[in-house]
Amino acid sequence: MVASHPKAGAEDNRGAAAMLQSKSFVKKTRQGRLLKIVREHYLRDDIACGAVYCSICDKSTACLSDTTSPILIVDTNVVLQQIDLLENLAMSNVVILSVVLDEAKNKNLSVYNRLRTICSNPTRHFFVFANEHHKDTYIKGMVGESPNDRNDRAIRVASQWYQRHLGGSTKILLLTNDAENRKKAREEGIIAETVQAYVQALGKPELLDLVARSQVENVFKHDVEDLRPSKRKVVYAEHKAMSEITSGLRQKIYHQGKFRVNRYNPFEAYVGSESVGDEIVIKGKTDMNRAFDGDVVAVELLPQECWQDGSGKIVEDDDEEEEEVVGLVPASADDAPKNQALEGMSEKSISIGIARPTGRVIGIIKRNWRPYCGSLEPMPLPAGGGGTVHALFVAADRRIPKIRIQTRQLSNLLDKRIIVAVDSWEQTSRYPSGHYVRSIGEIGDRATESEVLLIENDINTRPFSEQVLACLPPLPWSMSAEDLRNPYRRDLRHVRVFSVDPIGCKDIDDALNCTLLPNGNFQVAVHIADVTNFVHPNTPLDEEASQRGTSVYLVERRIDMLPKPLTEDICSLRADVERLAFSVLWEMSPDADILSVEFTKSIIKSCAALSYVEAQARMDDSRLSDPLTLDLRNMNKLAKIMRRRRIESGALTLASPEVKFEIDTETHDPLDVGMYQVREANQMIEEFMLAANVSVAGHILKHFPMCSLLRRHPIPTPKMFEPLLRTAAAVGIHLDISSSKALADSLDEAQGDDPYFNKLIRILATRCMTQAVYFCSGELSPPEFHHYGLAAPLYTHFTSPIRRYADVIVHRLLAASLGLNKLPDLLRDKSLLTSISDNLNYRHRNAQMAGRASVELHTLIFFRNRPTEAEARIVKIRSNGLIVFVPKYGIEGPVYLTKKGTKEETELVSDIDGKWIIDEEHQTLLSQDGKRRYKVLERLSIYIQVVEPQPNRPKLELTLMKAC
Amino acid sequence: MEYISPEGLRLDGRRPMEMRQLHAELGVIAKADGSATFEMGNTKVVAAVYGPREVQNRSQQLQEQALVRCEYSMATFSTGERRKRGKGDRRSTEISLVIRQTMESAILTHLLPRSQIDIFVQVLQADGGTRSACINAAALALADAGIPMRDLVASCAAGFLNNTPLLDLNYTEDSGGGPDVTVGVFPKLDKISLLQMDSKLPIDLFEKVLELATEGAKATAEYMRERLSENTRQLVSARGLLRF
Ligand SMILES: [Zn+2]
Repeated sequence: MVASHPKAGAEDNRGAAAMLQSKSFVKKTRQGRLLKIVREHYLRDDIACGAVYCSICDKSTACLSDTTSPILIVDTNVVLQQIDLLENLAMSNVVILSVVLDEAKNKNLSVYNRLRTICSNPTRHFFVFANEHHKDTYIKGMVGESPNDRNDRAIRVASQWYQRHLGGSTKILLLTNDAENRKKAREEGIIAETVQAYVQALGKPELLDLVARSQVENVFKHDVEDLRPSKRKVVYAEHKAMSEITSGLRQKIYHQGKFRVNRYNPFEAYVGSESVGDEIVIKGKTDMNRAFDGDVVAVELLPQECWQDGSGKIVEDDDEEEEEVVGLVPASADDAPKNQALEGMSEKSISIGIARPTGRVIGIIKRNWRPYCGSLEPMPLPAGGGGTVHALFVAADRRIPKIRIQTRQLSNLLDKRIIVAVDSWEQTSRYPSGHYVRSIGEIGDRATESEVLLIENDINTRPFSEQVLACLPPLPWSMSAEDLRNPYRRDLRHVRVFSVDPIGCKDIDDALNCTLLPNGNFQVAVHIADVTNFVHPNTPLDEEASQRGTSVYLVERRIDMLPKPLTEDICSLRADVERLAFSVLWEMSPDADILSVEFTKSIIKSCAALSYVEAQARMDDSRLSDPLTLDLRNMNKLAKIMRRRRIESGALTLASPEVKFEIDTETHDPLDVGMYQVREANQMIEEFMLAANVSVAGHILKHFPMCSLLRRHPIPTPKMFEPLLRTAAAVGIHLDISSSKALADSLDEAQGDDPYFNKLIRILATRCMTQAVYFCSGELSPPEFHHYGLAAPLYTHFTSPIRRYADVIVHRLLAASLGLNKLPDLLRDKSLLTSISDNLNYRHRNAQMAGRASVELHTLIFFRNRPTEAEARIVKIRSNGLIVFVPKYGIEGPVYLTKKGTKEETELVSDIDGKWIIDEEHQTLLSQDGKRRYKVLERLSIYIQVVEPQPNRPKLELTLMKAC
Repeated sequence: MEYISPEGLRLDGRRPMEMRQLHAELGVIAKADGSATFEMGNTKVVAAVYGPREVQNRSQQLQEQALVRCEYSMATFSTGERRKRGKGDRRSTEISLVIRQTMESAILTHLLPRSQIDIFVQVLQADGGTRSACINAAALALADAGIPMRDLVASCAAGFLNNTPLLDLNYTEDSGGGPDVTVGVFPKLDKISLLQMDSKLPIDLFEKVLELATEGAKATAEYMRERLSENTRQLVSARGLLRF
């Protein structure tokens, strides 16, 4: 075949496309109608077998070189279930059929991607054979044949073809765990085996750890102790058959929904059900009936008399009592009250007395299993060392139940973080069964734990693919004459533009200028990196960025949304280089009234990339009067007025303690930790970014009322404020939560004995609220667009396109509204935009959780060899002790006054210092001798240290300092 | 979306530089002076030519050359989805114009002064590349009608998806949002008679895609010419039978 010339597929010039098949199928249109689709399907005679020793086929892509071991052909189930095994280097010389790839892609995209990664690695010797387009291996479905059976037959036909084609040189082996398929294959003269049998015969016992066990084999063959009939008792109710579930759902006896496990109490879950119109509560392992967080389940409601009200308490699995931990202070309600779950209440069932619909899981419609990070439960090594043992795996995600695995390398794994995949969960088994996938590294090691938190938050850290990098402009990039000639791009290089960012910032999204106009007004502009000039819709680069959604910032590293040449060079608005920007220009009066606004693509040349510290120092240094400093001061004046107005109209000044680490450049270990200092300069920049976002939000919504991407902050419900109100009431403060304005005012008035008191109240208020979220304007009504925290009717994200994909979309919307480009079809579709915004919310949330986890990890490392005394504030007083917050380190956790595990219902509890009298209602604590008295929100000294109650499980512990 | 597998196959099994199967029939409408159907894969178009004949509306008559008119429509069943799209809408008007201009540039209109040529083109089945198929059908119908032309005109489109230039996009590929370049060529004169592009493309890529579309149009012309000569042979033998 000559690849460089087009081939007309005319019938007299058939060339490679030997035959034409029409594939027809029925598709649902967006309007819900059924549509018959006919697609062409070309069959070819130029598809190679992939063997380098083949004398017939083209060998340019061949990678099967080994003739001493058989060529393995695997079926779809082997791919789906044994991907961990396939990833092991011992598996080689494998043919992946396109029918298998297509099926895997439909059933599990992440497995498909992993398989593609293996296939693209030439050292793995995996060859993709496009059997569906090969003229000798394509088959049509027969009448009455199910798609599954047809695909199994296609696999066998391809295996036979390989046997005919290469049988003389090497053995062809079909791996399938389906007994029926194996039987048919053997009848057709194909050698077929189970995965288990094949791996066993390899004589590499460690490989067997990776084999996912099929359900039957798991229970009967391997659980030797379970073979005794008396031991094999049923633990869980049987899952109903799918047909029964479907008819039950139709009759509204059962309800379908996503199973969400309470992050702070793994024995409680919720199923949001449209048919019930409320969340159904599922309590206890028995009723949870083997469902995992994220599974789609079918639920049956319990009789109403069994419904639980909020005060109900079930502690069923006493052997798995939940343990509180010291952690980062929650920044919002989404980070949730870690230390409230203790009281047997979920954060959702705080209101007492109302019985909530309670149910039990009767079947699982779709599993949400993924590989989990965690470690093995400590256990003694078996005598003699070797041999297979059962071990229990504890996932880092507390919502995941313990998983039982078999291993032949226990001593090796006990001190490691490992990844485990789930294979099945039988009725007769208390725990799900899984298999070991790989080990990440030693527990407690900084690099290991960082990797764990990235995996657990589903953060893609893989290097950018070649296809993605191919979309970048050639380097070194510089502005072209074409950019300069572009009539839509305004030349602002003569304007004194500057940027202000944290020290060491390399991905500079935004720059500003503030120019005094002859009429006494100011031209103020925010210039944002013109990322969409380089990231075009429907390119691999765009798709990758859309998937990543955001850059992720950990204490010691950054995981970029876009490749480095864009983030740190081409798009970064660095000083003294010409850069493309998207600008928002305002004319402002000296009183900071916006007189006009204009949006334009532009060319800028920043004159200075300042840090917040530098900018602040310039403003404060009265000796300086250079033009840049004057610009800064003018800008700051305007920002202060804008900020004051915003607060007057009800914007909340919230507080979340942000911790900053000083990191050792060589070891990457934290050297010092302290609160991040917020300066006026920070607030100044923030003010103009807010203003730019608000201006852009209004503009895009006007042009695209149905498909604008906006950001909203829902009004917190009164229930969410309850913990705050109770705490405030205990110290005699009344907070008015009727509106954000009322709350802002009453927060201003909440003053205590010391200046930090007010900040503390704000911190507690902030955590009552949920995070702001992205949404598509066509999906909600205008009153719901409201941003509560900013007291703004409209808001969006425009100012950080280098590190947030939402801003990329908003740039495209804004450009389209200016007529600079047409709106990509993707953004015209309300439902597509909604699914994009759902992903962005998910990625954002994960990025934040990863960031928090990274800070927690570094806090733990920091205190490892530095037991420290620190001042803390009491956040809550309860029956067995205190919850305290340590401002300096931004951590929060319990201080036990009882011995752990003895939660006796007594008011007198003993401690190293003697006895304490706890008054939960008035939130006070009094030592029995009357010498020490504490009240909620008061100061006290605590001792922070790292303890290891179990080997390899270090954690932070807070204890009360003894009275002097 | 993955439009080309890492193995280099498109969703329908073609490689990036391959066209779909072509099929053409001539003289399909007995009443017309010339007619043809043209298929590019599942895209099927019929064209009928009436003329040269007297100009119906005298005021439009041209003294020096023939008046060429074109009417384009899509059969209501052509997309499978019921959608009102006939004559008259903006897209139809635009395509009519494109076909007319392309044909006008091929016809030796000065040889037929004060006459009128009507070209009717209808899409019977749409699966991408309808514009090209229309031009090809119209060109064959004109040839079938024996209208003098300076050269055959043939068209093909190419696009750019997954970082790869692709020849002759089908509907699925066409909906991928990438750029789409349609060209018409005079194969013997080796000249481009039509060039349309529906979105922006950097110049270096544009050149690649244009070259591919041009190659595709030339291959299409090759096929069209074969069909025409076959048809002429058939006509000759048919006349032979009629001879007394
Ligand atoms: Zn071969």
